[in-house]
Amino acid sequence: MGVELFTDIASKYNYLGVVILVMIGLYAMIAKNNLVKKIIGMNIFQTAIILFYVSTAAKRGATIPIIQHGHNGHGHEVIHAAEYINPLPHVLMLTAIVVSVATLGVALALAVKIYHQYGTLEEDEIRGRLRNR
Amino acid sequence: MENLSPHFPALIIIVPLIAALLTSAAGWLNRRLCFPFAALGLFTSLLVSTGLLASVLDKEVILYRLGGWPAPWGILYRIDRLNGLVLVVIFFVAFLNLIANKRTVEESFPEQLGGFYALYVLFVTGLSGMVATGDAFNLYVLLEISSLTGYALIGIGNERAPLAGLNYLFMGTIGASLYLLGIGFLYLMTGSLNMTDIASLLPGFYGSPVMVLAFLLCMTGLFIKMALFPLHAWLPNAYSFSPSASIGVIAPLTTKVMIYVMIRITFDVFTPDFSFKMMHLGEVMVWLAVAAIIMGSLFALAQTRLKRMLTYVIIAEVGYMVGGFWLGNRMAVTGAVLHILNDAVMTLCIFLAAGAVVYQICGDDFEDLKGLFRKMPISMAAFTVAALSLIGVPPTCGFFSKWYLISGGIAAGHYGFVVALLFSSLVNAVLFFRIIEIGYFEPFSEGEGGHGEHHGPPAMEIREAPAGMLACLLLAAVSLIVLGIYTGDIVTRIIDLAIPPAI
Amino acid sequence: MRIIGLLIVIAFGSLLRYGVFFFPEWGDPASPPSLHVSPHYIEEAITETAVPNLVTAVLADYRGYDTMFETTVIFAAGLACFMLLRVLQRQVPECRLYRHIPTGITLRIEKGGKLPTESGSFERIDSNWVPHDLIIKSTSRFITPFLQIFALYVIAHGHHSPGGGFQGGVILGAAVIMYAISYDLRRSIQRIGEQATAVLGSSGVLIYAGTGALCMVLGAAFLDYGALAGLLGVDPVMARSHGILIVEIGVGIAVSAVMVWIYYNLSSAGRHDEGL
Repeated sequence: MGVELFTDIASKYNYLGVVILVMIGLYAMIAKNNLVKKIIGMNIFQTAIILFYVSTAAKRGATIPIIQHGHNGHGHEVIHAAEYINPLPHVLMLTAIVVSVATLGVALALAVKIYHQYGTLEEDEIRGRLRNR
Repeated sequence: MENLSPHFPALIIIVPLIAALLTSAAGWLNRRLCFPFAALGLFTSLLVSTGLLASVLDKEVILYRLGGWPAPWGILYRIDRLNGLVLVVIFFVAFLNLIANKRTVEESFPEQLGGFYALYVLFVTGLSGMVATGDAFNLYVLLEISSLTGYALIGIGNERAPLAGLNYLFMGTIGASLYLLGIGFLYLMTGSLNMTDIASLLPGFYGSPVMVLAFLLCMTGLFIKMALFPLHAWLPNAYSFSPSASIGVIAPLTTKVMIYVMIRITFDVFTPDFSFKMMHLGEVMVWLAVAAIIMGSLFALAQTRLKRMLTYVIIAEVGYMVGGFWLGNRMAVTGAVLHILNDAVMTLCIFLAAGAVVYQICGDDFEDLKGLFRKMPISMAAFTVAALSLIGVPPTCGFFSKWYLISGGIAAGHYGFVVALLFSSLVNAVLFFRIIEIGYFEPFSEGEGGHGEHHGPPAMEIREAPAGMLACLLLAAVSLIVLGIYTGDIVTRIIDLAIPPAI
Repeated sequence: MRIIGLLIVIAFGSLLRYGVFFFPEWGDPASPPSLHVSPHYIEEAITETAVPNLVTAVLADYRGYDTMFETTVIFAAGLACFMLLRVLQRQVPECRLYRHIPTGITLRIEKGGKLPTESGSFERIDSNWVPHDLIIKSTSRFITPFLQIFALYVIAHGHHSPGGGFQGGVILGAAVIMYAISYDLRRSIQRIGEQATAVLGSSGVLIYAGTGALCMVLGAAFLDYGALAGLLGVDPVMARSHGILIVEIGVGIAVSAVMVWIYYNLSSAGRHDEGL
């Protein structure tokens, strides 16, 4: 059982890294008081999911997904799928990165608006100010 | 339009997208073109989606290959009866709300008209794309479009809106990211992103914990976005502080489209076999739905402001649909799908009425609603029709979907759900009759003596909402009754055939 | 809240850790993602689209519809920041700071005072003023043309090397943002105003959607670039390659414009008066 666990960790340490980052990001979003720290936690959470997808694309002994000499002979040689890493998760994660940046932009815009209104970014102070109206 | 009809599935999404882009450009170049572009885009899509529904009734399923590539290498749009119906509902609600709120938008955002209309149409584009697609990752991208525009549409409200919008953003992002992680697990197991393809590959993995985990992650993400108890905390604040033009399109549609996505994933990605029988999730979900209904109704009773009370009613309605779906038998699932249609139109009607009231009297506290039946008789008549539908009085449509849900509950032997539905109808009756009663009271004029003394006829002139708002409100109220009358047709021709025969 | 948060996070993390036990190994060439859909992309993309960079081929052709909506997401974010923050300021600010360049003296002029003309010797600086830094200004002025050419290179060479519309667009936007940071926001807005960025942003996405609509009008499915073969005068495979280039250019325009637009609104909190 112990040996199994150890080989499991050794061969899948990327996925364990993803799990740890997910936990850090989720904890920051739930438990931190400052709004900007929550936004950073959200970014970490989304980055962990991006890391998950991209690490599923790897193949041992394969090279980047650009066909060499492609623009010369239009690939007359036979291409084996095992020689190039999987391009699909990279494509999906380009989209996810853009979505994450867009969400970050909107979150920061809302945070700037909140700051100009309440003068603070700490959530308990804002709640206190709302209660004392 | 004969040569364009095979392209209808793509046109539904492309026309609003291009309309939104043109609206945004028009906002900077010629502001008077903004509203026409947006309205034209949504109206064209309404016509196209009706045409699509009509052709799906004959053909069963319409497939459209985007980019010309076959699935699973390209993205596939798959329209069947379920999406056809939801698409028509989306555009109907969005178009009516756009026309009704023309004056409100011009008064609240005079310099940023192009931006508001562009965000509005992009929101509707995102929702409709989510409904029409047959690709799991495409669903995520469109989910994020409608989420981002939704956050912005909510955040531009009154001074408490940005904080509520930011909290909505956090919860919404957790939900969408959990859905993405679930799709990632499915991709790791099957290697494909197309929904039908995944469904054909999954039976080989039935024992695997990864599949169970993927299911739970996708479902939890969707539950956060549909505000199912106990993940509903973002909804009351976010919806009650947003401007009335936005809430008219966000409130009826967001939660219902998420419920549609839940139905789609449960039926077409994880087959009903797995979702209902192997997961044993049904019991837990129905009890959660019961808790949502009871809690939503009780909190609604405690409110003193109209719009906030309505947001708690929405939470209870989500409980109806989720509970009905997870009961698992044919009657209950029919009730849940019928309720998606009915609840969208009911919520539109009641929020349009609330919007007309707020526009005229500039406040929505219960104290301000006195004498409203004299001042705004037509709006309050429409409000009464919507209220009767929410309570569940025939011949409005609300009665019929409740009937199916209750029959399904009795057939499944789940009397807790039946009791919760009846309790909720009772509470809705109390809520709305309370408002109608306040509306009938006329405020006492100054210098009046004892009770019952009249100084001639009450001087209460009729100050109705603007004509556009009234017309849309009446159309919505009439459609509630029309939907109720045609329920039989809708169920037998569309919904019965949309639910897989395994149920 | 911290304890509840900690418990939720630990429970969720353990659930995920349990799931990881059943994943295929990292880098396994026989895992389902490597066997099912992607071999078609790797083996056939160059014969079907004539684009050696497989990521670009999948991004802009096979899954081009997703990419169009991704560009729409970034445009919607720019629109959202504009709607949330933009305050059309009409009144004159309270006090302004001016720097006399030859001597380096900073003048602070209250409301109602006489403002010096912005000629060669006086320049207006922001309230959070920083010392006049010749090195930063000169260096950024020197680097900007190389940055812009590199951005155009990245967009154009997305077919053959890592790159494409998004990456190049961000670099192009970064060139303008660098100008806005090293000089000041007002000068940047004078050069590339808000109206230009907003209209360019929507035009970029319109180029993408318009190309797809053109393919639809010519009879093929939406975003099926093979239909452009007659219009461009090449065979369908090269038409796909050219179609990919056209949409990448649209994406690059949109992304660069929106990045600048978001920066303008976010750094000045919508007032477009004083930036970072």
